[in-house]
Amino acid sequence: MSAPQHQEPVSFAFDEQSEAQIATILKRYPENKKASGVIPLLYVVQKQMGRQTGSAWVPRVAMDQVALRLGMAPIRVYEVATFYFMFNTKPIGRYHLQVCGTTPCWLRGSDEVARACRDAGHLKGYGDTSDDGLFTMTEVECLGGCVNAPILQVDDDYYEDLDYDSTVQLIEALKRGDRPKPGSARGRLCSAPEGGPETLLDIPLAEGK
Amino acid sequence: MAKVTIDGIEIEVPNGATVLQACEAAAKEIPRFCYHERLSVAGNCRMCLVEVEKAPKPVASCAYPVADGMKVFTDSPMVRNARRNVMEFLLINHPLDCPICDQGGECDLQDQATAYGGQGGRYMEEKRAVKDKYLGPLVKTIMNRCIQCTRCVRFATEVAGVPELGATGRGEDLQIGTYVEKALTTELSGNLIDICPVGALTSRPYAYVARPWELRKTDSVDVLDATGTNIRVDTRGPEVVRILPRTNEDVNEEWMADRGRFAFDGLKRRRLDRPWVRRDGKLRQSSWEEAFSVISEKMHGLKGDQVGAIAGDLVDAESAFALRALMRGLGSANTDCRQDGAAIDTSRRDFYLFNSGITGIDEADALVIIGSNPRREAPVLNARIRKRWASGSMKVAQIGPQGLDLTYNAEHLGEGPLAIAGLMDGSLGFAETLKAAKKPMVIVGRAALARPDGAAILAAAWDLAKAFGALTPEWHGFNVLHLFGGQVGALDAGFVPGEGGRDVAGMLQGGLQALWLLGADDIDTALIPSDTFVVYQGHHGDRGAARADVILPGAAYTEKDATYVSTEGRVQRGRLALFPPGEAKEDWRIIRAAGAALDVALEFDTLDALRERMVAFNPIFGVVDGRVAGGCADSSGPRASGAMGEAAFTLPLADYWLADTVSRASETMAQCSRIYNDPAPRLAAE
Ligand code: SF4
Ligand code: FES
Ligand code: FES
Repeated sequence: MSAPQHQEPVSFAFDEQSEAQIATILKRYPENKKASGVIPLLYVVQKQMGRQTGSAWVPRVAMDQVALRLGMAPIRVYEVATFYFMFNTKPIGRYHLQVCGTTPCWLRGSDEVARACRDAGHLKGYGDTSDDGLFTMTEVECLGGCVNAPILQVDDDYYEDLDYDSTVQLIEALKRGDRPKPGSARGRLCSAPEGGPETLLDIPLAEGK
Repeated sequence: MAKVTIDGIEIEVPNGATVLQACEAAAKEIPRFCYHERLSVAGNCRMCLVEVEKAPKPVASCAYPVADGMKVFTDSPMVRNARRNVMEFLLINHPLDCPICDQGGECDLQDQATAYGGQGGRYMEEKRAVKDKYLGPLVKTIMNRCIQCTRCVRFATEVAGVPELGATGRGEDLQIGTYVEKALTTELSGNLIDICPVGALTSRPYAYVARPWELRKTDSVDVLDATGTNIRVDTRGPEVVRILPRTNEDVNEEWMADRGRFAFDGLKRRRLDRPWVRRDGKLRQSSWEEAFSVISEKMHGLKGDQVGAIAGDLVDAESAFALRALMRGLGSANTDCRQDGAAIDTSRRDFYLFNSGITGIDEADALVIIGSNPRREAPVLNARIRKRWASGSMKVAQIGPQGLDLTYNAEHLGEGPLAIAGLMDGSLGFAETLKAAKKPMVIVGRAALARPDGAAILAAAWDLAKAFGALTPEWHGFNVLHLFGGQVGALDAGFVPGEGGRDVAGMLQGGLQALWLLGADDIDTALIPSDTFVVYQGHHGDRGAARADVILPGAAYTEKDATYVSTEGRVQRGRLALFPPGEAKEDWRIIRAAGAALDVALEFDTLDALRERMVAFNPIFGVVDGRVAGGCADSSGPRASGAMGEAAFTLPLADYWLADTVSRASETMAQCSRIYNDPAPRLAAE
């Protein structure tokens, strides 16, 4: 299930970029409450792993480092990291395809998006990582972008208004190393109607002035 | 105080009490799983639901504070219905494998399902399955049975002070475990078994051994450390199958240390079950008559100062007293129970006791620990220190090895006696804390007294307590922490050198024609001159027996009615749970018979007569189950001799799991020692 090229590392150390982020994060909390920084720090770890290894996940040794940094018992960090599924406690592919399967997206065709991910990404289904280590596919709950359903979140970016073909195109682009511009696949501006605004046209703002 | 009405009964409870506590005060039983009075409130099992007037829904009584005028119903249709439903939910994922579960017959889930559950389950779908976890050699897990009450997580974090257990994952995937598969690093792990309300955490050595209703239960006390833990010995037929703690708020609350709980399989192995006599250099089985005739042949006519006796660490006060009487009858003043050579001054009892008492810890506000690791030496007492520390009302400092993990923060003041001087002259910052404290405590480890400058250290520790106001008519803050349950009793029984008598070192130097070892296994037997006639009386074929010329098989602590005195000076009675194996006999009887063989008139023929003599000798033996508490009437210190050295303190019990004769014979303890002493704690599962 997990890509073979990503093993549990024997050690983990924050790099310079992460250290800078940690310094900013820790400023937000009083010294005796710094354990509150556990979630931001786990994100820092996950990002750094993504940068360094091409798989954005949180290895156990890194959680131990977070615990050390925040003066917490390691188990308390494990509890947090395993509770939130935003943290990958197992190695994942280069691109994390997060298909929203909640009702609005489902009504608007998320099954097709999922099928496209399986076909183009060579994935067996949710939870699978492709043999080339490029893709991992997971099902997520409502991403809060229902107006532009169905949604596929790739790493941090939302791709919206998808159907089978546009999803395949997106995945093919990712394979080439491109990162298409996030947003609506049908060219909508944010969640405005296709082809431009249709209501409230007499309000100056709507005309873009 | 708040007035609340529980099922029509009006009672007053303190403000801030929970509804559950109020119900208990009104003698109403409230079922519960996650709530435990010695742990923080989690409120996650919902079994304790009750109806509160005007509340729209049932409330979880364990987490709901009382309010004045509140009306609570614990047996209304709403409550009964709520409990039934909670129970049904709890059982959805429970495997219902009671017939093969070791908790069966003493399971909260079983009992409460019977008392408060519905008729049967309606759940037909698949149940979740959870992988079992590895928590070490003592605690067995069957995680399918876990109802996720998190008592174990809270116990480990709060009481044991080892935050290694947790709940990982969420929702249906929530699992209790350590996440990294390793043995829990605590000496209190057995308590997890007691605290788990279901059969998820059970005793590994007791797995599939017995059903609770088959057991004979005998109340007794633990002697494998000096805490005086109250225990229940469960036997089936001729063997001990498990040992459980009994609640005693003043001593062990409801906890127990692992060695005391699990070493009992050592009671079945390497036992001395018949007398042995050495002939032509070889030990051979013999009879009691023969053994006594050899003793009388070898010892008759010896002068008093040619014989001596050493008592071990697990001896009961009766046998120590009886052997002392025998020795004095033979004209010998050579008796000593301090195998470790600790410089204990027995001229006053408070020179060698844990005078603050275990409950005194709950009042202390500053503590200095000298040359001791209470976590190893008295794990339950250490949990009490941790509790006080965690309340934020006590600061702790420690003099001894650096990097000691006591499960609480202790300021490290130094490695050796110099730090005591540093506190005295105020050069160490902790002196200020001590000065400001109302009830300061000094704990000096027994091992700190067992060194050449032990007497000076004893005196210095006393002076330290005195200098910081720990010795007042109201408060006695000087404490010696002993290591084993027989040590204080033997001191109280006067098993120390009499006028002109030799101590252990003196006896081992040579010059004795006959040496009587009463359970003494922790002396260097190689020092005993080869022509000394050695009698070993005890229950295990350990180091002492190996050197003996005559072996007299005695009874272990589970096999006799006997008195033990804990480190705080509490006199308690152990009771016979089963008979000694083979031809072994109660120890005081053996000594009585030896007296007859040696023509020494001992003035006791029965246990009661013996105990009467003991009370006459030391009235403290008459105060059973109690202790003489109170302040320090006379603050003049023990006699000092010599000056303190500079050598760093070293800690005793290098191997906690193999620290005594019984544990050394125990397979469970051998396994613990192997696993816990592994420098790289194994991550492997079973
Ligand atoms: S293992 Fe036992 S004590 Fe721990 S959460 Fe599960 S049921 Fe509760
Ligand atoms: S349902 Fe998919 S974003 Fe809300
Ligand atoms: S006992 Fe109250 S919720 Fe568990």
